Amino acid sequence: MTRFIIRRILWLVPVLVFVSLITFTLMHVTPGGPWDKEKPVSAQVQANLNARYNLDKPAWQQYLLYMQGVLHGDLGPSYTYQDRSVTDIILQGVPTTASLGALAALLALVVGVPLGVIAATRQNTGIDYAAIGFGTMFASVPTFVLGFVLIIVVALDLHLVPTSGWGKPTQYILPVFTLGLNQAALLTRITRASVLDVSRQDFMRTARAKGLREVLVVQRHLLKNALIPIVTVLGPVLAFLLVGSLVVEQIFSIPGIGRLLVQGISQRDYSLIMGTTLLYAFVIAGLNLVVDVAYAFIDPRITYR
Amino acid sequence: MTTTTAATPSPTSVASGRLGAAPEVYTPARSSRGLWRDAWRRLLRNKLALAGMIFIAFVVVVALLADVLPLADPTFQFPSSSYARPSAAHPLGMDQLGRDVLSRLIHGARVSLAVAVFAQAIILVIGLFVGGMAGYFGGRIDNWLMRFTDVFYAFPDLLFVIIITAALGASLTNIFLAIGLVNWTNLARLVRGQLLTLREREFVTAARSIGAPAWRILVSHLLPNAAGPVTVQLTYGLPQAIFTEAVLSFIGLGVRPPQASWGTMIQQGNEAILSAPHLVLFPAVALALTMLAFNFVGDGLRDALDPQNTR
Repeated sequence: MTRFIIRRILWLVPVLVFVSLITFTLMHVTPGGPWDKEKPVSAQVQANLNARYNLDKPAWQQYLLYMQGVLHGDLGPSYTYQDRSVTDIILQGVPTTASLGALAALLALVVGVPLGVIAATRQNTGIDYAAIGFGTMFASVPTFVLGFVLIIVVALDLHLVPTSGWGKPTQYILPVFTLGLNQAALLTRITRASVLDVSRQDFMRTARAKGLREVLVVQRHLLKNALIPIVTVLGPVLAFLLVGSLVVEQIFSIPGIGRLLVQGISQRDYSLIMGTTLLYAFVIAGLNLVVDVAYAFIDPRITYR
Repeated sequence: MTTTTAATPSPTSVASGRLGAAPEVYTPARSSRGLWRDAWRRLLRNKLALAGMIFIAFVVVVALLADVLPLADPTFQFPSSSYARPSAAHPLGMDQLGRDVLSRLIHGARVSLAVAVFAQAIILVIGLFVGGMAGYFGGRIDNWLMRFTDVFYAFPDLLFVIIITAALGASLTNIFLAIGLVNWTNLARLVRGQLLTLREREFVTAARSIGAPAWRILVSHLLPNAAGPVTVQLTYGLPQAIFTEAVLSFIGLGVRPPQASWGTMIQQGNEAILSAPHLVLFPAVALALTMLAFNFVGDGLRDALDPQNTR
């Protein structure tokens, strides 16, 4: 088990090296540099700027210098905000994106899992059909279509909440629902299928046959086993929420990491793009690691070498 | 081609008495049909999949006929009637520059469909090649290719597509390329898995034992049997590609103006959502319906191509 965890952590290294290398290469083959603004700067100024940001060195040296900085928590200077470092800018966006993602994940779990369990235990009733309908519909509606429908109906027609922004609790509602409902629908479907699958198993019949109380049957046998596929999909669910926040932040003008990335792309701010991309990749790889380890704890039948 | 279907009980299984019936009273459950014809019949019987196919056929026909239909020029501007609400002359209204929304929606469908098809074509080529090499040769090649795929897989797809499009520059061809270059990993894994299991099946051993060359085993035994799952996977990839294009256009990395795509229409409409919500609503609904239709067809195909399913 310990060896599995260590191996899994070491696996992060090639992933992050690959991600940084790809992003770095792509940013450098890009036509146009960070100084190509509407008002062109003179050749001398450009040379000075290149020297200041190490852009006059060969590409492999730039990469190594950059990675050296990353290991010390320094993501380099921003090309657009001359007075601030990328680390500063990103740290300012982290709490926003993290709270948006966490709230959406909470919504997905709190709605999806119980709804799936209720639907499965009352199979082929009205509640079950309603849950299936919810699961099918919201799993197929793309995030930003849902976002716009919510803005138009809830914010513009009913005037219940503001259309955009971030800070007041009322401003949280639409973005969190836009991001979370899709995954709530997915979790509903998976939970329902998983509970139905487990409840057909022989050990369930045995547990009932030996006269175990229904509460204990559900707690000890049904839920414990039905939980395993749900934990498996949590990795992809969390990754989806994180990348999905990129779009949701754009729709609702939320000042998070996703907006910084989009801003970096439109302004050719290499270091800002690299920084946000690395952060995304690192967080997603880390979340997958946590999910994998949790999976090993929940399902003792699985042995890791 | 039909080797894995349960279309007719094979003589060997009857002779060995596995069906439980006496060999003399052997009657085929039904007439022999190919896997694909069989799947097609089942697909047509699935109402949601049928509805999805009809909707997609409608979108394809309208998109192909965009230049023939009596539509306004999608890039012609009537500044005096910008933000016009739907009317008889312009059924879906006009956008902020006074362009006909219906016409832009139909021309946008061309972009979405083109992205869906060309991106999947690139995915098919790369996925078949990498997965095929790994699954067919196995051993060290397999190991290296799969480690490579794993690292690739760890990078979130949408983020990767965004970075590549940003680097290559926003254009329709670059969107095809970016989606194709990123999303092949699932197909490669699928093809590899299929080949690894199929390789061990009796009919492959039989083919090998009568001296069939490697290429023939690959072309006429392995690939046709992997074709079902590959088709399903590709069908699910179509709405994903359409969605990705919309996201790219939405964050400003899409087709160049004045060309219309659903994503750019949504992005431009978003700027005027307070005064003219219909500008966002129409392309958003078109996008959602098209994706839903492709997903229904994907679900239907998955069920129809399941060899266990002999309804």
